[in-house]
Amino acid sequence: MSARDRILAKLRAAAPSTVGAQPDVASWYATYRQAESASEKAKRFRHFIELAHAEVHSVHAGNWLSTLTTVLRNKGLDQILVSEDTTHGCAVLDELPPQGFTCQTYDMGIEAWKSEMFNATPASLTAARAAIAETGTLILWPDAAEPRLMSLVPPVHIVLLEALRIYNTFHEAMTAEGWANGLPTNALLISGPSKTADIQQTLAYGAHGPKELVVLMMEEDAA
Amino acid sequence: MSQQPLHFMPNDGFRDRAKSVVENPFLRQSFRGAMDFLMSKRAAQFPDPVELESLRSLGEQIRQYNLSRLPELLVQLESNLTRNGVQVHWAETPEEANAIILGICQKVSAKLMVKGKSMVSEEIELNHAAEAAGIGALESDMGEYIVQLAHEKPSHIIMPAIHKTKEEIARLFAENVPGVEYTDNVDALIQIGRNVLRQKFLEADVGLSGVNFAVAETGTLCLVENEGNGRMCTTAPPIHIAITGIEKIVEKLEHVPPLYSLLTRSATGQNISTYFNMISGPRKPGEKDGPGEVHLVLLDNGRSQAYADEQLRKTLQCIRCGACMNHCPVYTRIGGHAYGTTYPGPIGKIVSPHMLGLEATADMPTASSLCGACGEVCPVKIPIPELLVRLRTESFSAPKANPAMRGQGAGHRPLISAIWRAWATVYGNPGVYRAVSWLTSRFHWLTPRRQGGWTRVRTPLQPAPKRLRDLIKEKH
Repeated sequence: MSARDRILAKLRAAAPSTVGAQPDVASWYATYRQAESASEKAKRFRHFIELAHAEVHSVHAGNWLSTLTTVLRNKGLDQILVSEDTTHGCAVLDELPPQGFTCQTYDMGIEAWKSEMFNATPASLTAARAAIAETGTLILWPDAAEPRLMSLVPPVHIVLLEALRIYNTFHEAMTAEGWANGLPTNALLISGPSKTADIQQTLAYGAHGPKELVVLMMEEDAA
Repeated sequence: MSQQPLHFMPNDGFRDRAKSVVENPFLRQSFRGAMDFLMSKRAAQFPDPVELESLRSLGEQIRQYNLSRLPELLVQLESNLTRNGVQVHWAETPEEANAIILGICQKVSAKLMVKGKSMVSEEIELNHAAEAAGIGALESDMGEYIVQLAHEKPSHIIMPAIHKTKEEIARLFAENVPGVEYTDNVDALIQIGRNVLRQKFLEADVGLSGVNFAVAETGTLCLVENEGNGRMCTTAPPIHIAITGIEKIVEKLEHVPPLYSLLTRSATGQNISTYFNMISGPRKPGEKDGPGEVHLVLLDNGRSQAYADEQLRKTLQCIRCGACMNHCPVYTRIGGHAYGTTYPGPIGKIVSPHMLGLEATADMPTASSLCGACGEVCPVKIPIPELLVRLRTESFSAPKANPAMRGQGAGHRPLISAIWRAWATVYGNPGVYRAVSWLTSRFHWLTPRRQGGWTRVRTPLQPAPKRLRDLIKEKH
């Protein structure tokens, strides 16, 4: 008998004969978490992610690129990693190089440029798939266009978020989008820049992931 | 305490270790301060007692429901993970788990394994096994990294280096990290750790992590963390190995949000952690990063023993938040190392006997005042005080009373049992009680001045010269 069979045999011999009722998670959320309007959700999201030390800028389709360049200049950055397979990435690739910025692209497997990614990639831009108001959380589903390390290794991570894509709760996000029917290789919730309180409970930012998290929150045309 | 030898040593010297911490004002102050801080942070996260109670009940129900279906859910998890391309391994013992993990490493001649925080990897003492096999195992969680540099073990399951001051860490870094000068600035210390470990994430052949929740219906491993080292370990190296106890499983993805919320709010008083990392497979064709191989090791190590008993099964509801130790008056006074087990504090006292047997852990269930704080704050309502009493019974009852419990009867002393039996007879029969109490008060001056462990730190017990009933009689 294998370890697997022995473990399962022990558990099966001991398992209770009756199974409890399936927990009613949806009712709990319906009772204890209210559904808010789009503007309330945007406000709550912003409050909590700012509390976690992220920087949030309200932008619209007409000015997000100029906000991005301002953010980069303010941080003394002249280089950014973007995707060449997304519309926002292409927009950056069109607009920023003429203004003196170097744009890196994630156009090959990480093995070919791992050291450059870790040592010479100061900032990146990715989109968020959605967000969660309750906790001030970004939802990212990394893919071939915007791979996993893009939101992790560069010390400054800039995220483009459509304000209309903010859910009330994590539970609402996963049920509304049917996550149970299939998840990508990696799905992420991000609620601020990397941090630790492992030394004398003193909070310090920039432990292993991004030291700074910037959210460009795309609202309906503010103009 | 500073030179904590490795390897488990629960019973041997437990009392001495506890005593040495109690007598160390610096350590006591450090634990007291840290626990007060964590307790107030947790309380601030649960301002509404009604919401807290209902969420705890939901958490308890979710954990009990999933445990009641554990064997079939494990099979479902295995088949969905396998479908997703994750290789699933099973281990009954720590030795088997180490052999599986090191086997995967040796197949690719791995030299360096970077580790995200995993208490199960502490439980199997993976770092030792790896070292013996010539594979470097480097802790990358800041607290774990500090503890490993100091050749110690974590003293808290969530905050491993809680027993160390920043000055101690500053000295440790200055002595051990090449090119680093002494600084006790916390931001600077974290940046030193960051720089050392970034290079290691880049070089490592294998990344190891624990698992907070394994979702059966989707075949997904969920990891909770703040630092990003967990994401590094599971994303940057070419191979990712996850290890978890067999109990950390939920059937449905929607079971995760309530448990996750209970976990971070109870553990560190955060409304959410910085990262929640959900892994459902290795790198797919066309994807540009992520490990090419993902493995999951499912470890039993005594969990099936707890599972076999309806009451003790509740031990497995645990989501490892550490709130029970943060609120424990004993833990706060003796710290995490005194226990000598991987898991300290109240949860350690109820889970370790299943992993190590009661022979090695008979002192654990008695190191409690049964004040009930642990059970009151437990986010999944584990009745920890009840389980402590149950384990005391298992330990002190006559051998062979319950062969299903490893080490049952280890604390049994025939003389003490005889004394308690006599006590029960006296207190169960009014006539005998009257006679015995008359004799004790009459000959109260015969009580010895030395009464074993009692008089080491207390004045001797002495019966009153007159019984209460005699005093009442005199008054009327």
